[in-house]
Order: sequence, then structure tokens, then C-alpha cells
Amino acid sequence: MKAILGEKLGMTQIFDDQSQAVPVTVIKAGPCRVVQIKRPESDGYAAIQIAYREMPERRANKPTAGHFKRAGLPPHRHLVEVRVDDADAYELGQEIGIADVLAKGGRADVAGVSRGKGFEGVIKRHNFAGQGASHGAHRVHRAPGSIGACATPSRVFKGMKLPGRMGGEKTTILNLEVVEVDAKRGLLMLRGAVPGAKGAVVLVREAVKAVG
Amino acid sequence: MNTLDQVEDAYKRDNIPDFGPGDTVRVNVRVVEGGRERIQVFEGNVIARDGGGLREMFTVRKVSFGVGVERIFPVHAPIIASIEVVRRGKVRRAKLYYLRDRVGQRASRIKEKRDSQARATSRQSPDTD
Repeated sequence: MKAILGEKLGMTQIFDDQSQAVPVTVIKAGPCRVVQIKRPESDGYAAIQIAYREMPERRANKPTAGHFKRAGLPPHRHLVEVRVDDADAYELGQEIGIADVLAKGGRADVAGVSRGKGFEGVIKRHNFAGQGASHGAHRVHRAPGSIGACATPSRVFKGMKLPGRMGGEKTTILNLEVVEVDAKRGLLMLRGAVPGAKGAVVLVREAVKAVG
Repeated sequence: MNTLDQVEDAYKRDNIPDFGPGDTVRVNVRVVEGGRERIQVFEGNVIARDGGGLREMFTVRKVSFGVGVERIFPVHAPIIASIEVVRRGKVRRAKLYYLRDRVGQRASRIKEKRDSQARATSRQSPDTD
């Protein structure tokens, strides 16, 4: 699996050959650097650890600084591990750009933290239908309704869909079409929306479940 | 200028004339029929411009056989072959939706801008259809 970290810049639209407007998300991807290589012999599996966004040396704590020092790199803010087939294809400190991960016309998955919505009711959070606007409904228009029976079981089942915190969780969107790859500026355009607010850090990878 | 604007700039057209609400424009639209491409003209008053950047749209209104017709175009869409400004109008607001409620001559009459250099042609130019 090939992957890269990037920053979501926002959405816009471009026109394709048929003059159709294509909704795209623009992501500034990479450059990322290889910080650690895990091999089957030493770690039991093959993976690389990639880092994104340099930070000043004074900002890193001693363990972090030491970890990056082993790879001969300045400390970075974001670290992520990516499983690979052949760990020997990578070397420590190697730079990974967007062109190494995706090509125009391919498919990509994007993982990120969705925008926090705060404490939300069941209509927004679980797509409940709500209750009647009239027919005697009183102060229950957006209420969940019944959440279970009475003396049996005399409790609310675990996992019952109720109001609560929504958003702010890791979300992955699969199989987004790669509309454009600009290796020079490190920009990537994907068709459709990706999780997170503008400026959020997202993981872009080759589609793992791509068909055809 | 942020990066997103730069990205949009690359896809923008540079042959868009300066026009706004109140102006009369002739929009040459590319139409593909049976694999053959031809130009269809839509001429009328610009009654609104909406949005910004690459997503900017404009609304053209004309009265055709007594029926009001409005088309909304994206400013930067490749489907538009060209835009010609026929006449500059003098208007005092950005959205001319009040024209929809008007009947007869008043429905499409907009005072011409005094300093306008654009040539004034017949407003009832025939549709190419």
C-alpha cells in the first residue's frame, strides 16, 4: 500500500472534457519522509513510518527528537505507519511525493478526522425521522420516541441510538477518483468530498478496494 | 493569494468581457447534436451574477414570444464559446429580479449607460433555433 499525508485545502469545481462541472477537493500532499522501516525479520511485518510537516528542534521532546535523529531527519509533527509489501524498496530519510503514490485517473482512499459537530440530537446524528409537526405533538417534534420496553428488560440496551457527540472521529472515504496530480506543487485533486475541515491533515492512499 | 485560488486560476478563461447586471449580452453556446457541434446564440439581459472564482454564474433573461426565458451559465464553462456585450445598461441594483414581474415593453427595457461605447443592436434578435 502506498500512502502520503497531506493537508486539505478545500473544495472547488473544475470542468471536464464534456464541459461538465466536477466537484473536487484540493489536497496539498506531502512531501513526507521515511523515518523508520519495519522488516519481517526484526518486527514481524513489513511497513514504513512516514512523517509530515517539519517542526523546530526545540519543539520536539527528547524521545521524539531521538527517533527522528536515527533517520537523520529534523523532527516532524505527524507520524503514520504504512504497511508495504517490500520494505527494502525504501530507505531511511527518503522523500515521498504525491507522484510516488497516485497517478491521474486512479482511485484513492482518504482518511481523516471528520469535523466535530458537537452534541447533536438523533435526527442529525442517526437520521431518525422525528415526530409529527401537528396531530397533538407537544414538545416532541425532534425527540427519539420509545427507547425500549418497560419492566422487561427494565434497562436501556447498550448501543441504543441516542443524542450525543457527533463528528470528530476518524473517517475513511473509499475509491475517490484522482482528477489531477500536480507533482511540482504537490497538489492533488480528488473527485468528491473528504473528511475534515480546511487545513486538516488527511492520509491519502492508493485505493485498497478498487474494482476494475 | 491562497493556493486554492491559484488552483482555480489555472482553469479560468481569460477571454471573458467585463459585463454585469443590466447589460445585454449575446452568449454563444456550444451545442453537440449527433456528434456535430454548432453554436447556439442566447441573447438577453444579464439580471444577476452569482458566486465567485471558478464557480461564478450569471443569469441571462430574455422574453421570447411573450414568454420569459432565463438561462444560468457558469462564467468559466468551456460550453460557452464566447460572450459578446451588445449594450451596457444603467441599473441601480445587483440583482434585477424585478424584471420578472414586469409585462410588455417595460419587461426588457433598461436605460443605456451614457458613457457606453458598446454598439446598440436590435433587442429582438432572432433565436438561431
